[in-house]
Amino acid sequence: MAMTVHVDIVSAEREIFSGQAEMVFAPAVQGEVGIAPSHAPLLTPLGPGEVRLQLGNGQSEAFYINGGMLEVQPRVVTVLSDTALRAADLDEEAALRAKTAAEEALHNRSAEMDYAKAQAELAQAVAQLQTIQKLRRRGR
Amino acid sequence: MAAAKEIRTKIASVKNTQKITRAMEMVAASKMRKAQERMRAARPYAEKMRNVVAHLARANTEYRHPYLGERELRRVGAIVVSTDRGLCGGLNANLFRTAVAQFREWQRDKIELDLCVIGNKGIGFFNRIGGNIIGQATHLGDTPHLASLIGTIKVMLDAYTENKVDRVFLVYNSFINSMVQKPVVEQLLPRPKADDLETKYPWDYLYEPNAQTVLDQLLNRYIESLVYQAVVENIACEQAARMVAMKAASDNAGNLINELQLIYNKARQAAITQELAEIVGGAAAV
Repeated sequence: MAMTVHVDIVSAEREIFSGQAEMVFAPAVQGEVGIAPSHAPLLTPLGPGEVRLQLGNGQSEAFYINGGMLEVQPRVVTVLSDTALRAADLDEEAALRAKTAAEEALHNRSAEMDYAKAQAELAQAVAQLQTIQKLRRRGR
Repeated sequence: MAAAKEIRTKIASVKNTQKITRAMEMVAASKMRKAQERMRAARPYAEKMRNVVAHLARANTEYRHPYLGERELRRVGAIVVSTDRGLCGGLNANLFRTAVAQFREWQRDKIELDLCVIGNKGIGFFNRIGGNIIGQATHLGDTPHLASLIGTIKVMLDAYTENKVDRVFLVYNSFINSMVQKPVVEQLLPRPKADDLETKYPWDYLYEPNAQTVLDQLLNRYIESLVYQAVVENIACEQAARMVAMKAASDNAGNLINELQLIYNKARQAAITQELAEIVGGAAAV
């Protein structure tokens, strides 16, 4: 049997593939790379495209990814796939949205944290919970 | 019989409440199962990511990334993960208590604080008590997507790379089992030194195109995956806590109904006895 390497393809939200392959092709940002077993350690970002696996016996499998990272160890190849389309300006936009949402929601409010108030509120909540527990115990 | 009628109405209303809480309990139970599955589904990625970053910490990298090095602590950032909705027992209150206790310690050491808040409840809380919120994300729903978190995380990561904060913490509820959820404060950045195995020989990756861009992307994704994992776990906690709270509420409603039923029966009997006494009294008078 030909040499194989263990391949894991995962995304943040689920596992996509895990198994042995004879050869892995991945769309690295600087052009497609082919990884054979015992490849030197390599770390590279992936662009959107197709990850192809040669499983042996002439079988192959392909997965489309939005982009991600490729990590190569001599015995393990890991494809960390992105779930969302990523680009620097898209990320920037998302960050801006999160920021403005925070600013809008907290319009007229001091940046100083009022610890006394926090303590009071939390004490109140905890007291309520304890009372409920006590009541429940008495009820039994 | 006026009192008896009032009690009857009260019983009916408690029964209605009980129906609602019981339905919520069952909904929460099924959502919890799904949330747990999602938690499991997200685990392989986080594990793989952790492996890669552990390799990286062990490898003799040519470029030292700021995420991996300590610096003097003057200002911290915290990402607080809370729920969007209430009626989940003491889950949020316990989390905020743990967080505020920690924040207070920092305040004592004259360390300032920036916050990123995920979830409506957290925003409501920090809105009332104050605190410098620099980013927020809400309405994630039951199936959170990483895409809706990227913005919030990036705000914090940018603050870290621009030296606005010197350490970043993650505050969330960790799911131990369906009865127990534990609030945790975990350090995200710089990456805490793990007791990784000692390197036998120095080695490094090949980087394409270069170490800096690769590590930047990788470590950003590492942090994102940790936060995502925390969010998913928090949702499982929310449903579990809600299930328990609603079960307690249904039980309490049951107790209340029993008590009211007893009072109602007594009132009914008293009314009958009184009526009989009146009839007997009336007959005796004639």
